[in-house]
Amino acid sequence: MSRGTVVRSTVMGFARALARALISEDIARRRGLLQSLDPRVRLVGLFSLVLAVTLSRRLWVVGVLFVVALAVAVLSNVSLAILAKRVWLVVFVFTSAIAFPAIFLTPGTPVATFAGGAVHITEQGLTTSGLLIARVETAVTFTTLLILCTAWAQVLKALRSFRLPQEAIAMLAMTHRYIFLLTETATQVFESRESRTVGVLPAAEQRRITAATAGVLLSKSIDLSNDVYLAMQSRGFRGEIRTLSEFHMQSWDYVGLLAFLLAGGAAVWMGR
Amino acid sequence: MAPIFDLRDVCFEYERIPALRGLSLQIAAGESVALLGANGSGKSTLLRLLDALCFPSQGTIDFGGQRLSQELFQKDGFALGFRRRVALVFQNPDVQLFNPTVFDEVAFGPLQLQWPKEKVVSQVAATLELMSLAHLRDRPPYRLSGGEKKRVALASVIVLDPEVLLLDEPTSTLDPRSQSQIIDLIQEWKGSSKTIITATHQLEIVEDIASRVAVLEEGKLAASDSPAEILSNHELLLRANLVHAHRHSHGTVTHSHPHLHAHSKHEHEH
Repeated sequence: MSRGTVVRSTVMGFARALARALISEDIARRRGLLQSLDPRVRLVGLFSLVLAVTLSRRLWVVGVLFVVALAVAVLSNVSLAILAKRVWLVVFVFTSAIAFPAIFLTPGTPVATFAGGAVHITEQGLTTSGLLIARVETAVTFTTLLILCTAWAQVLKALRSFRLPQEAIAMLAMTHRYIFLLTETATQVFESRESRTVGVLPAAEQRRITAATAGVLLSKSIDLSNDVYLAMQSRGFRGEIRTLSEFHMQSWDYVGLLAFLLAGGAAVWMGR
Repeated sequence: MAPIFDLRDVCFEYERIPALRGLSLQIAAGESVALLGANGSGKSTLLRLLDALCFPSQGTIDFGGQRLSQELFQKDGFALGFRRRVALVFQNPDVQLFNPTVFDEVAFGPLQLQWPKEKVVSQVAATLELMSLAHLRDRPPYRLSGGEKKRVALASVIVLDPEVLLLDEPTSTLDPRSQSQIIDLIQEWKGSSKTIITATHQLEIVEDIASRVAVLEEGKLAASDSPAEILSNHELLLRANLVHAHRHSHGTVTHSHPHLHAHSKHEHEH
């Protein structure tokens, strides 16, 4: 595959990923357990469960946490098929590749022997690999649930509540906002080029056009950032961003927070 | 009446390429002015100068009798007061919509101008209602249509209730219905005490949105008069690239005349 084609397919892939992000926001608008909670509770609660998964040393405890993740997904109207396709399968393939050598390399009681006794699969190796895969699957499931059930804007607002620097949050927000616009522009540039191209261009010509396109997009993004800064100044921005927190904790949110923290705490205690 | 804006011999350049060349113009408080000109005539640059986002390389701009300068805008008191009184709606709404949600977008200006939070919440809610945007309050800007983006961009400045509204091509690239909604809004403001300065190259909306038209041609003021006078001056409009010569045949005779889009249909004598 030539470099020009690689860049084009990367941009198109990115556009598809952004389209998926739009679907995620539809899930965030559904009625469900996580959606009914204050975004700050979701952030703290799911983070505490991820922490519990990471600290737990017992496979059965991680298994119980995975079941909790499934229950939360079902109660939040998140399709298990989406989780299987987007999370479990991908995580399993990548984590297995990392965990595979541990099956043979971890010292312990052999459960299977190969190559005339030179290579062993050990019980401890299987447990270590299983624990790693289970931990990653469960932690990523909790993180995905947060992202699917919370619009990005609310995640940012929740982060603001935890006194992260406003400038850092504003940069994240603007990156998220303008990445859509620039991806759309890049997609249009490639489509318009394709509509005027007959046959396959030589690799050198494709590289030249790709470099020229990158240059155009860079200058467009610089112009855009200058104009955005002027638009901010025009509405009174003086170097310090002021924002509004609209969140109000209800009694249901306190119940949810307590449940998350108790579950996380219990998992850490039992998984020691 | 003393002008709210008084521009004298204003010049401005973008990296040595002149955008405005010795422009002088006075705008009275409460006046509604259309800046009419072809692409590249300097309309957008003039609006940015009026909003003090950039400053003339030569000449002066006075606002309410005070000369605008970079030094003056170093002072928080003056800068915030000016931003409270003068607001600009950019031509490209994507430039102006940089917040995560519509509500945040409309609240951005009031928050930067340090309004009390209760007032911010109530004014933003009222503005969203006024602009029929309440149902979009939690929507991110990239999920809005072109017309909705333009309305949110307008809402984000009218929430400040500014004395002077600067509008850069407010109806360009909009469908007819959205265009009509924006024109209705401008007409409502026109009847109030606000000063409205609209840059446009759409002749068909000029009479609806302005009581005076300033025609810009290559960075200079070519004419300033009532909409009726300007729109009937075909020679001026042709020279300023606002109309084009319409060539057509009647039997064996071919002739040309200015092609004006100011009305839904045009008639001429042969």
